Amino acid sequence: MKAYLTRRYMFSASHRLHSDAMSDAENVAAYGKCNNPYGHGHNYTLEVTVSGVVDHSTGMVCNLVDLDGFVQREILERFDHQNLNMLPPFAENVPTTENLCVVVYDILQRGFHNAHLEKVRFEETMMNSFEYWGENRVIE
Amino acid sequence: MVYLTRKAEFSASHYYHNPKFTAEENQRIFGKCNNPNGHGHNYALEVTVKGDVDPRSGFVVDLKQLKETMSREVLDALDHRFLNKEVPEFFTRIPTTENLAIAIWQRLSPKLKAAQLHRVRVYETPDLFVDFYGEA
Repeated sequence: MKAYLTRRYMFSASHRLHSDAMSDAENVAAYGKCNNPYGHGHNYTLEVTVSGVVDHSTGMVCNLVDLDGFVQREILERFDHQNLNMLPPFAENVPTTENLCVVVYDILQRGFHNAHLEKVRFEETMMNSFEYWGENRVIE
Repeated sequence: MVYLTRKAEFSASHYYHNPKFTAEENQRIFGKCNNPNGHGHNYALEVTVKGDVDPRSGFVVDLKQLKETMSREVLDALDHRFLNKEVPEFFTRIPTTENLAIAIWQRLSPKLKAAQLHRVRVYETPDLFVDFYGEA
């Protein structure tokens, strides 16, 4: 029996949306308040969804201790209470929540092999959220 | 095709233990959840059904029937119970959230008329939930 397990995590970080590929006026037009040169912060909620056949002997898709440990070590410790713009993944990418989804998905995809990664979902505020399922998903 | 979701809550206790594992293995794999006296959660259940909208009633499913089926087949059996000791599925299966979602699907699926079961989502805490779509 295949089941999908979702775990939610929280971290706080600041960012500024600014693209060097655009003029200052274009940046303001595109990003509005988010282009404020000093940046601003969010309490991000991260949802990680993994799937797999439920193991008969443990009743689990994967052991949460392993998933929690990986996310803590590889994601929360890197991003929590940081300025995203200063971190290597955003040296050349604007730290929009879309790009944050892709960056976190890639970290999980490369390093976490205890279950199949389905999706990464971010809530930037209570009013908006973003999902990334990887590139090869067939939309049904 | 329209999807309709109904929520419910129940509270239950459980613990994780596989008699085929040694005491050390049980402790290592299940950690705090291995405490034999059990511990509890307030579970939230979301049942999603799908179907075509009936042109006469405008319904995908009769909500009253869905609510009654959820109450009878799921909540009456699980609410305020010690899952390992009182719910037959968990005499032999470990009552993880994964197995709980599967058991709820198996209880509901044959009982629902008209609409087809699409998804069972069980929240063990607000930060952990499992989805089951009836996949083998």
